[in-house]
Amino acid sequence: MARTLARTARRTLVIQPRMRRTGVLWPYLLVAPALAGFVCLLVYPLARSVVISFQHFRLGELIRGGADFAGFANYAEALGGPEFWAVVRRTLLWTAVNVVLIMVIATAVALMLPHLGRRMRLAVMSGMVLTWATPVLAATTIFQWLFQSRLGVVNWLLVRLGFDSFRGYTWFADGGATFAILVALVVWQSVPFAALTLYAGLTTIPGELYEAARIDGASAWQVFGQVTFPILRPLFGLITSLEIIWVFTCFAQIWAISKGGPGGATATLPVYAFQIAQSLHRYDLGSAVSTLTVLMLLTVLVIHLRRMFREEGGA
Amino acid sequence: MGRARRMRRAALNLAALGVLAVSVFPVYWMVITAFKPTVDILTETPRFWPARPILDHFAAAVRAAGFWTFWRNSLAVTLGAVLLALVVALPAAFAVARLRWRGRRGFILMVFVAQTAPWSALLVPVYIIARDANMLDRLPTLTLVYFVTTLPFTIVTLRGFIAAVPPELEEAALMDGCGRAEAFRRVVLPLLAPGLMSTSLFGFITAWNEFAFANALMIKDQGDRTLPIWLSGFSNVFGTDWGATMAAATLFMLPVLLVFLVLQRRVSSGMIAGAVKG
Repeated sequence: MARTLARTARRTLVIQPRMRRTGVLWPYLLVAPALAGFVCLLVYPLARSVVISFQHFRLGELIRGGADFAGFANYAEALGGPEFWAVVRRTLLWTAVNVVLIMVIATAVALMLPHLGRRMRLAVMSGMVLTWATPVLAATTIFQWLFQSRLGVVNWLLVRLGFDSFRGYTWFADGGATFAILVALVVWQSVPFAALTLYAGLTTIPGELYEAARIDGASAWQVFGQVTFPILRPLFGLITSLEIIWVFTCFAQIWAISKGGPGGATATLPVYAFQIAQSLHRYDLGSAVSTLTVLMLLTVLVIHLRRMFREEGGA
Repeated sequence: MGRARRMRRAALNLAALGVLAVSVFPVYWMVITAFKPTVDILTETPRFWPARPILDHFAAAVRAAGFWTFWRNSLAVTLGAVLLALVVALPAAFAVARLRWRGRRGFILMVFVAQTAPWSALLVPVYIIARDANMLDRLPTLTLVYFVTTLPFTIVTLRGFIAAVPPELEEAALMDGCGRAEAFRRVVLPLLAPGLMSTSLFGFITAWNEFAFANALMIKDQGDRTLPIWLSGFSNVFGTDWGATMAAATLFMLPVLLVFLVLQRRVSSGMIAGAVKG
């Protein structure tokens, strides 16, 4: 007690004058470089994107500089055409299919892990980490090899299983097949994070709760619905919102494998925006689509940010 | 009872084996292909075991035009971004964790926003800005972009590590006559070593794997490409030489795998902080 008092006294005597002497500018100087980084490379590009989306900005403007104000012309063009809405529908389908598959598989794997023997559990978890550690571009290259038409091991397996129509099947020539491969790739890469995080959450639930539920005669489904899920609801929410953001804005996998093709069958919003800017030099239209993409994501982003801020920001 | 239990156990283990097979097989297939003689790669019936492992494909990948240049580029960009992020994030994390100031909550919100920013929607404006600034086809541009993409989670994780150091330790040093900066350097910094280590490794993975910006910003000059870009155009480099392609992919993955082995358990919590994702 006396020591604490003495320490408090010393703190007020010694530390306070120091803090005052260093002045109120200190914290601002410390965060200034980080703030500058965010402003230059996040806020400014975002603002620039919005500005360009209201301009007439094509190859000529890119080279000459200077662009005329175009009002809502780009937005009208994007929203008025059928192509944009097809891309939006595709992006929503892409996001829904991926996120549902990721969450269902990851939950199943996470629930399975505690019931395995120690060695089997370690093996499965190591396998997951290996998948997780695979760089996106290595994974896209591997999947192109797995699904190769003549020598690919997937076609060989399908033929062996009796699906003879897959002999020499060219997956990447068909829109639906390419879409399916991309879903398989993204799900394969995303499950480990979700499964291992959920498993880590599961291990924090006290065993007595399960015991009690079992004594009450609850079935496995009831245990999940009334014990596991309610406790892990925040974690489920966090992972789901992260996966939605990641899958919705997924670019590298799609671009490396199909560049949005064949025939636009895998062009989601970010890919479509980049396509029209890069190949058609319609930077204005591309920026309008990018801005609309961010606006569409905004609800999920806001929900996610509020959760993050509530949990971490207050401290 | 006993029999039902055994059946359940068997079904569970079977499912586990299925999960294991699906998660490991693609990587296994990459490595196996890289070690197989070309004859074995070109057979209609795939061989699942390397009867005669060879290193020829790795030699072909390493000898491919520009391999070492791309390797060096990737390494330089990645290390530059990670170091820059650490140097900038450390003081910011300290200010957020230890000091009270107006605008602190606003700054934290900004960091979270940056953490979840849909970067792929910024490809077009960043391309235009880089072009206007005459920064296209230059590695420092990529370094800056990766620096900002890794900065948010670096600040968040370092802030957690700094907050875990008891303030009394610093105060004791202050009373012993250290200045604030010296107290930080002598007392807090050594305790932060594990934190600095893991955050920089996460940053390494993010920057090493990045594809979208490298693809958008490095267009003309072949000599300024990074490994992911080179790998994405493997058919231009290796044609249909899948052995060499898989060897290149293996060499690209190796550093990341090493980093994952070092990080092990910390991976999951770091991911939640938004660390690594394509």
